[in-house]
Amino acid sequence: MNADLVFDLVLGAGLLWSAAGALLGRDRYGAVILFIVFGLLMTLAWVRLAAPDIALAEAAIGAGLTGALLLDALGGDSAGTAQRGASRWLLLPLAGAIAILLAGALRGLPAPSGELREAVSAALAHSGVSHPVTAVLLNFRGYDTLLEVSVLLAALLGVLGAARDARPARLSAAPLLQAATRVLVPFMLLTAGYLLWAGAHRPGGAFQAAAVLAAGAVLLALVGMLGGWTRPALRTRLAIAAGPAVFLLVAAPSFERTLLLQLPPQHAGRLILLIEAALTLSLGFILAGLFLALLRGDTAGDGQA
Amino acid sequence: MLDVASATLMLLGAGFFLAGTVGLLRFPDIYSRLHALTKADNLGVGCIAVALALQADGLAAGLKLLLVWPLVLLASATVSYAIAERARALGVPLDGGAPDDAP
Repeated sequence: MNADLVFDLVLGAGLLWSAAGALLGRDRYGAVILFIVFGLLMTLAWVRLAAPDIALAEAAIGAGLTGALLLDALGGDSAGTAQRGASRWLLLPLAGAIAILLAGALRGLPAPSGELREAVSAALAHSGVSHPVTAVLLNFRGYDTLLEVSVLLAALLGVLGAARDARPARLSAAPLLQAATRVLVPFMLLTAGYLLWAGAHRPGGAFQAAAVLAAGAVLLALVGMLGGWTRPALRTRLAIAAGPAVFLLVAAPSFERTLLLQLPPQHAGRLILLIEAALTLSLGFILAGLFLALLRGDTAGDGQA
Repeated sequence: MLDVASATLMLLGAGFFLAGTVGLLRFPDIYSRLHALTKADNLGVGCIAVALALQADGLAAGLKLLLVWPLVLLASATVSYAIAERARALGVPLDGGAPDDAP
């Protein structure tokens, strides 16, 4: 047995173990922690599958932001006091049913062929970027990305509609946390910019950059340097709308051509960068907003409240 | 020569992580477990980052790997402070039963 196989087997067992613990654990807090562990192991699995773009998104959004939201939802419950009843076992048949459906869908998939890969490689020269994932997401199948952003935008609107009182910015009693945050947030901005720029030729891009931006906002909110949202200010709304708006504006001239959202080859590189920059801004605000609008009043990391 | 140095540092780092993990599992209370974890973070990550930087192709990639270390140091120190502070405020006792001096 070679080392890769051993690693993959351990990784697979870890995924199953953390998923089972997150679904069926008695302690809610432990279940959330195991969900985050599941996300991190899943990140490794995507790396092993040679899909670093998805790995970045999984780490930032799946484990990071969703984990922060879940922990915030636990909120005032101290660790160990939030218990789930026997009803959690109802999840088992549900999970089983979904697994069977997924297995069925997997059987229905056509055998992987090199055709799509070849088609993308052949058209890559006209896409304006050299990273095939970015070419597919923003040029060949741009409508997928546009719809994804629209779904996230709709989710944020729903959350804002349901949000009640926002928590004002309130410095927590732990100055050390703020000092560390002041050091880390500029690095996060730098990383987001780097990911956005790198997307043209290597793994990275708007979603990953936006997730890092949103993580910075979550960090600021957790140490009390940023308040929650109820009614976003006008410029915040403009920033939220920028991504879909720019995408549509750039795409509008393409309606007279044959392919939906196809970018003209001679400007494609610049247009993709423009769209990605706007998308990063919007997605960063949307992902941060999902957290900030739901921020509860009692979750500051201060020990001496 | 470079490979030997890398391998040695890598093994050293793995040793620190192993010790930290054993400490996390075996130490009696949250404070000493934090102590074990931060050692693994600070020294283990440091050794592994240096080992990888020695193998990096190009100065830029090597420096990026080395940058990981101070960032992890900062995050790990801050997070363990936050956890310990919260535990103290909640009155989690030290092992040995001495009641905590939380306000």
